[in-house]
Amino acid sequence: MKVIVVGGAKIVYFLCRTYISKGHSVVLVNRDLEECTQLARRLKATVVHGDGSDPQILAEAGVESADALLAVTPNDQDNLVICEVAARRFHVPRTLALVNDPDNEQVFKELSNTIAFSTTHILANLIEQRADFEEITNLLPVGEGKINVTEVALTEDAPVVGKSLIDISLPENALIAGILRGGHAIIPRGSTVLHAGDQLILMTLPADHGQVLKLLLGESAQ
Amino acid sequence: MASEKLFILVIGCGRLGSYLASQLSHGGHSVVTVDTDPQAFDALSAEYSGFRVEGDAAELAVLKQARMDKADLVIAATREDNVNLMVAHVARRIFKVPHVLARVFDPRREEIYRDLGVDTVCPTTIAADALLAKLAEGGLSAGGGKNL
Repeated sequence: MKVIVVGGAKIVYFLCRTYISKGHSVVLVNRDLEECTQLARRLKATVVHGDGSDPQILAEAGVESADALLAVTPNDQDNLVICEVAARRFHVPRTLALVNDPDNEQVFKELSNTIAFSTTHILANLIEQRADFEEITNLLPVGEGKINVTEVALTEDAPVVGKSLIDISLPENALIAGILRGGHAIIPRGSTVLHAGDQLILMTLPADHGQVLKLLLGESAQ
Repeated sequence: MASEKLFILVIGCGRLGSYLASQLSHGGHSVVTVDTDPQAFDALSAEYSGFRVEGDAAELAVLKQARMDKADLVIAATREDNVNLMVAHVARRIFKVPHVLARVFDPRREEIYRDLGVDTVCPTTIAADALLAKLAEGGLSAGGGKNL
């Protein structure tokens, strides 16, 4: 795959290094001449010096034959124009843009064929999920968040420790889909007894989520 | 358009932006000017009666604060082409502003934005055409041949 990366700083260096190690061919576009020289020395990539939102510079970078373009400059306006030029003018099949202001995600959605990702958004979510409650990890929202898949670690004082599933009256919209115990995975049945230290893979509807956590972990889970 | 009072957003308060904002405000329109540099507003004329919003126009919250949703006309006149193009894009697609004008220095970028339904003004092209016209008046043609 041929990938064009527009931007600078460490993120670009490490991105390119990852792509190259996976066997992709990478062309890098950067506005800063000194940075270009350094990157060219450290990476097995073609480096083009110039403004990536200038159609002529993109053409020089071989955008016509690119499979994907990634715009990761620190300026949303530049990333927007770069993707717009690549998609509209050169018909690059896949364009991806870094969005610095999370509100701008909706702006980029209006762009044809562009996938926008906001690191602010991703980091904020990650931190919220991790810091919120140590025992609980949100694994993934399914169906745009209509179903929560959560990993819950049972502490020793959890009220359900020592009980079998059949004795725990979970609400209707909740399911313990799997248990990780000492490195083994268990698909639980009614007779399965819960132990302290078990990691439960829990599926819930958002409305019942809090109630289920309280049932499993006791009052401390808020 | 001259008879009715419009709500106009001028993005960028440099030489062009401040002049336009002052003229439009003087003409009886209600004007909001946006610039990242608070000192840029000093360039507005004494008669300017509109609002000043300090902030980066590439930030959606700033455009909301400037009430882009209510604008009849948006003029993007910052010194950066890409900012102007993004502002025009947002005005057009997100806030559905009926009239959007953008100043674009690089003629190569102008083409792309014509597709978007954004009217662009390119001072480079205008100046070049004007200079060529002057040359022609003086008996020189752009074709390289001299009519002496």
